[in-house]
Amino acid sequence: MSVIICLFGKSGFDRAAAGVAGAGRSIAAVTNTTLQALIIGSAAPGMTEALGAVVDTISVIDAPELNEYQVETTLSAITQGCKSLNPSLVLLANDTYSQEITARLAHRLGGSAVGDGVKIEAVGGKIHVTRSVYGGKAEAVVELKKTPAVVWLRARAFDPATATGGTAGVNQIPVTLEPAKTKIIERKSESSSEAKLEDAQIIISGGRGLGGPEPFEDLKALAAVIGAQVAASRAACDSGWCPPTWQVGQTGKKVAPQLYLAVALSGASQHLAGMSDSKVVAAINTDKDAPIFKHCKFGIVEDYKKVIPLLKEKLAAAR
Amino acid sequence: MNIVVCLKQILDPDIPSRDFKVDPAAKEAVRGGANLVTNIFCENALETALQLKEKIGSGKISALCFAPESGEDSLRKALAMKADEATHVLNSGATHPDPLAVAQVLAAAIRQGGAVDIVMVGRESGDWGVGQTGGLLAEELGLPYVGFVDSIENNGGTLKIKRQTDSGFEIIEATAPIVVSITNDEHNVPRVPKTRDVMMSFRTPITKLTTADLGVAADSTYYEVATLGIPVKESSCEFVDGDTLDDKVGKLAQRILEVTQSM
Repeated sequence: MSVIICLFGKSGFDRAAAGVAGAGRSIAAVTNTTLQALIIGSAAPGMTEALGAVVDTISVIDAPELNEYQVETTLSAITQGCKSLNPSLVLLANDTYSQEITARLAHRLGGSAVGDGVKIEAVGGKIHVTRSVYGGKAEAVVELKKTPAVVWLRARAFDPATATGGTAGVNQIPVTLEPAKTKIIERKSESSSEAKLEDAQIIISGGRGLGGPEPFEDLKALAAVIGAQVAASRAACDSGWCPPTWQVGQTGKKVAPQLYLAVALSGASQHLAGMSDSKVVAAINTDKDAPIFKHCKFGIVEDYKKVIPLLKEKLAAAR
Repeated sequence: MNIVVCLKQILDPDIPSRDFKVDPAAKEAVRGGANLVTNIFCENALETALQLKEKIGSGKISALCFAPESGEDSLRKALAMKADEATHVLNSGATHPDPLAVAQVLAAAIRQGGAVDIVMVGRESGDWGVGQTGGLLAEELGLPYVGFVDSIENNGGTLKIKRQTDSGFEIIEATAPIVVSITNDEHNVPRVPKTRDVMMSFRTPITKLTTADLGVAADSTYYEVATLGIPVKESSCEFVDGDTLDDKVGKLAQRILEVTQSM
């Protein structure tokens, strides 16, 4: 029995992978077992080295068909890899692909799945996962009853794994691949030049109060000064002021940056469900009773139109 | 083309936080005066199905709901939106059966309903937001699965499926039968039924089944809710102050730099 983290070779050892490894190590430590990494497809340059410092073993399933994700083929490879490693817990990150396969993987392994975990514990031999429910209005702890437990995590909400002091060896797992029943024929990235929102350390998010697409340009300019990514509420995305991929919330991205600055954004529970795990939340809003302030460490009750240009100037001067 | 759209009925997710309460012993939300509504992503799924059928010019859309008696309201609305038929599998057990139990019940109902080309579910629900029904249903039915879909075209027998990803979208080719989960998009905003169709929906018979009819037991063997509570958020927001706007924004900048410089 062991704890396995499933990673895509193409993604490398990114912040999400480090968070999943950190969560995996915490469970491996208390259950007295090993932390193993399972890499699907060729590992990105430097990945096995970085990963080897924090996990106990690395297994790679490498085949040309696995370098680009195809649902059925990738799922069959991960299933076989997991079966040969006999895990008690399988952890994945919160990217589209991991979310898509988690429940099916659990079904194929005879286990139980749950997703969007922000905390994970081993209690009396069972895995307990804490997750936000009812659009962020409540929080539930779910006990997984079958083994293995298969869980996708809000990966960046977890502290990265620390080095073991050792170097994990790398072995290959041979698999027989299922033919692709579906085929991804086109992949379009709407923000190819930008980093992923989920990976951002600092996020500046605009809400309904911005009133139109133009103020998002001001947020972008401010973001450029402090190396932030720009996000938005559902209201702003639904109004067409920014691309749908910018949306944070229950029906959008789930993020957990070091700093989340909410601008003219009231903080409906729908939105809070996607960002309340941020390390520090701050807000700029004219309404001091806006729900967002309940989640803030600090904030300013002012019109963003007056604040943003001045703030940009001051942050730029401090660089 | 036969399309089955699975609908979940949930507590209205738009009720304000101050009116939202949970019963920690029952591990359930307290309904109070809130309405039960069809989960939005399920309505997006029905809308996607209706548009696909309209484009093809033929086909049959069956709405399927596993719920207590109240589930009939969701099915009536689906009929009013012009689903062709409706099946209600009565849930007389746990209010929130686990996702595997739900998938097994839906799979049994779908198998009993005959040949199907596309099974659509919502991406996740606005209550428990588990997001597993589609994947588990695909496994139960032995079909391929695509998640986060926002539109489907039929190209002479080949399905062209567009789905949202972390950074954009993908186009996926597949052949029926298949299970997909539907997410929201500007093109699949659920239509508002016409008054006449709402009236008509009450004349359409709904097929009523029990889990016993389907030979499945909606037992909870997959997971169990250990605790449910409303997290207490300390409202200790420090509002920056100052005599002038410049002062205030200066302090705001200082607080932001404290965070960014410690990263």
